Order: sequence, then structure tokens, then C-alpha cells
Amino acid sequence: MADIAIIDYGMGNVHSVYKAFNKVINKDSEIKITRSLDDLLDCSHIVFPGQGAASECMSNINKNLDIVEFKKIISQKPFLGICMGLQVLMTHSDENKGSNCLGVLDGEVHSLKSKINTGLKVPHMGWNKIKQAKDHPLWKNIPDESFFYFVHSYYVSPSNKSNILATTTYDLDFVSALYKDNIAAVQFHPEKSSNMGLQLLENFINWNGEIQ
Amino acid sequence: MSLYKRIIPCLDVANGRVVKGTNFVNIVDAGDPVEVAKRYDQEGADEIAFLDITATHEDRKTIIETVEKVANEVFIPLTVGGGVSNYSDVLNLLNAGADKVAINSAAVSSPDLINQVTDKIGRQCIVAAIDVKSTSKDTWTVFTHGGRNSTGIDAFEWSKELCDRGAGEILLTSMDRDGTKKGFDLDLLSLISREVTIPVIASGGAGSLEHLKDAVLLGKADAVLAASIFHYSIHSIKEAKEYMKKHGVLVRI
Repeated sequence: MADIAIIDYGMGNVHSVYKAFNKVINKDSEIKITRSLDDLLDCSHIVFPGQGAASECMSNINKNLDIVEFKKIISQKPFLGICMGLQVLMTHSDENKGSNCLGVLDGEVHSLKSKINTGLKVPHMGWNKIKQAKDHPLWKNIPDESFFYFVHSYYVSPSNKSNILATTTYDLDFVSALYKDNIAAVQFHPEKSSNMGLQLLENFINWNGEIQ
Repeated sequence: MSLYKRIIPCLDVANGRVVKGTNFVNIVDAGDPVEVAKRYDQEGADEIAFLDITATHEDRKTIIETVEKVANEVFIPLTVGGGVSNYSDVLNLLNAGADKVAINSAAVSSPDLINQVTDKIGRQCIVAAIDVKSTSKDTWTVFTHGGRNSTGIDAFEWSKELCDRGAGEILLTSMDRDGTKKGFDLDLLSLISREVTIPVIASGGAGSLEHLKDAVLLGKADAVLAASIFHYSIHSIKEAKEYMKKHGVLVRI
């Protein structure tokens, strides 16, 4: 049984994420869309979805949550960041003239446009393969090089390469999934990635936050 | 390496049902949107597009309910269009479970709507739909209101402006080809695809698998939208993808 808290800071596609979890949970589980730290304390699994710009996302988090408490809580139970929910975990993002982020994971967020061949379109929008960098409970029953759905213009560059869980190629090889202890975060949208995406969400709710 | 090309089946929806017809006449019921969308998802469709063909005020509630039902069961991106005229229409559709909203006539009458929406919720959720007709060689003009009104606006300039205003994608429909099954207007597609920095979805004219392949290889489209070749079960999505792969198009299989 899992009680899932989906963090809503006013700019994520929380409804899509809710619907997808609702499809894979068992009947005893509960899903809450919330911005309350009490709910985050009470739940068994935390999901942090997001879209939009990093600076706006950070200012919304600042407005709605006590960051010190928030960081403490998310170090204690299985946590899944999705898209912007991955990027804001980093130290700093270049988006919108630069913005400091949560600093849960060391590293930077850079613009795809600055790094890729000009013939390619940004946002990187559509289906792409992910190459699994190491074993992780999140990848259970998901073959290597499976397709997931992406929509983003920025990518994360972690300082510690051993935290990389998967990479994806769009001219450059960028990091499409990261982890550290109980935290896992993905650049793509599992809630929009058909059967493999639902499998990943199911794997997340079956994960106890430990790495074997 | 470029991105995998997307195949997007488009469902015309009226009164909560998928319908099919020829030039909006002889419309027949073609099923429950949830079932049709699920089938396309399992066949490997990359996204689903819904077009609210009644798009009247009274039917707004129906399309919202339909989007909700589909979004509860189908987990690939869902684009909804038809009659979207203001910010609250966009929000209502997104809240119902649409991932992207197509804006057409309203973008012409109030172009600031595009900036307004994309500033607030990001460019990924706005598809700027453009309906165009050829007016002379290598020139296309934008039409609105289901193709009834000519705006006099040049399609090439308008595409660039929509991109600058923050649209995430362009859904480019050739009215000359729409419903003809003669293939996409490749000159139009390649002109605009090469110029704008956002993805271009080819629409209007798909009648065979070859047309889909040509839209990508010759028209430089990033995605192809088709209705009748999939609805009438002439081809499955899977067949379309296998054909495209065989001809060197990068597709998700």
C-alpha cells in the first residue's frame, strides 16, 4: 500500500500525473494533490511534477513551502521528480537569466539550444529512447532503450556522474534520469509515455526508497 | 540525430462521439472516443488529436467531459482543438486532461492570446493551428473560421510570428489538399518547416502511407496528422510506422 502525495505548486500538469497514478495504484492506496508539508510528512511516496520555467517554479515553491523543512522531508521517503521536478533539484539553472534551485543534487541546468546543432528544434518534444546507465528499481520490467515522451528546452548536468540513471541522445547525450539515495528524477513524462510510463510509475510506488 | 517523427491520428468529435464524414456531410458515428483513442495508443500512435467539430458554446461541456474520459484511460499526449477562443477555454481543456490545446481563429483575432497563454503555462501546451490556401505560386494565405474567412495574411510570415509569440508547435493544414487524399502540400510544408524553429505538424491530404513518408522526408515535417486513412481502417498505425521505418524515417516502434 502506498499513499502518494503529488506536490502542486500551481504550475505543474498535476492532473495528468494524478490520472496516471490512479491507473496503477491498488484500491487501498490514496493519492493526494497537495501543497501542505503535513501531507508530505504523512504520505509514503512523494511525486514532484512540473512544467514551465525554473525561476517561476522556484518562486512558487518559496511561496508555498518552507524550503528547509521541505528538503528534510524529501530526504526521508521515496521521491520522484518529473521534468521541472528534476531540474529544480539541481544547484542552479541558466533559465531566465539564471536562478538558484533547491540544491538537493549538485549540478547545473543548461539550455539545449546552446549545445545542439542548429538544425534541431527546441523544445525537444516527442518520443526518444533512454539508455539505462545502471540497475535501479525504477527500471523493473522496462527494457533498455525503451521510448519515453519528452518536452523540455533545458537539461541537467550533474557534478557527480555516478548519480546518472539514464541518458538520451538529441544531438548531445544528455541526462534523462538521475538518482541519489531515496530520490529519483526523470526528464521525460512517464504519465504520457504509454505502457512503459505506467510501468515506471508502478515501479516507483513499489519502491521502498532503498538501493540494493 | 534528429527526433523520432510522430504519427498523430486525429479524431473528429461531435456530441461526445467520434464521427466521420466527407466534408462535414454524411456524418456517421464511428465510436466511443475512449475506445478509439485506446486502440490507437495500443497500435503505437505517438499522440492523439481531438477536434471538436461542433465547437459551439453548448457543446463545450461535452468536449470537456470527453477529454476527461479519454485522459483517464489514455496515457499519451492529447491535443484538443476546435472553438478555443480565450484563456479560460485553454485552462478548462488543460484541467480536463488535455496536454496541448490547438488555437486557430482566435490567434488571428487576438494574437496576444498566444503570448498570454505561453507566458503563464509554457509553450509546450500551445499548438498554433493554421489553415491555408494557395493564392499564387509559392504563396499561401491564412484562412479562419473553418476556412470560411480569408485574412489576407501570408502563411509564411504568420508562422514566424506565431513562433516568436511563443507557440510550441505549428499544425499546418493545407485546405487545398484537405479531404482530397492527394498527399500533403510539400512545397508549403518545406517552406515553413525550414523557417520556423518549432515542430511543424503536417495536415491535410494524407491518402496513403507514401504521403506520410513524403511529408517527413520531402516536406521536412516533424509530425504527421491523419484522419481518414486510419479511421476507415485502410491502414493501421503500426503499418504506417513499419512503412516509414522501411523508408528511412526514424519512428517509435
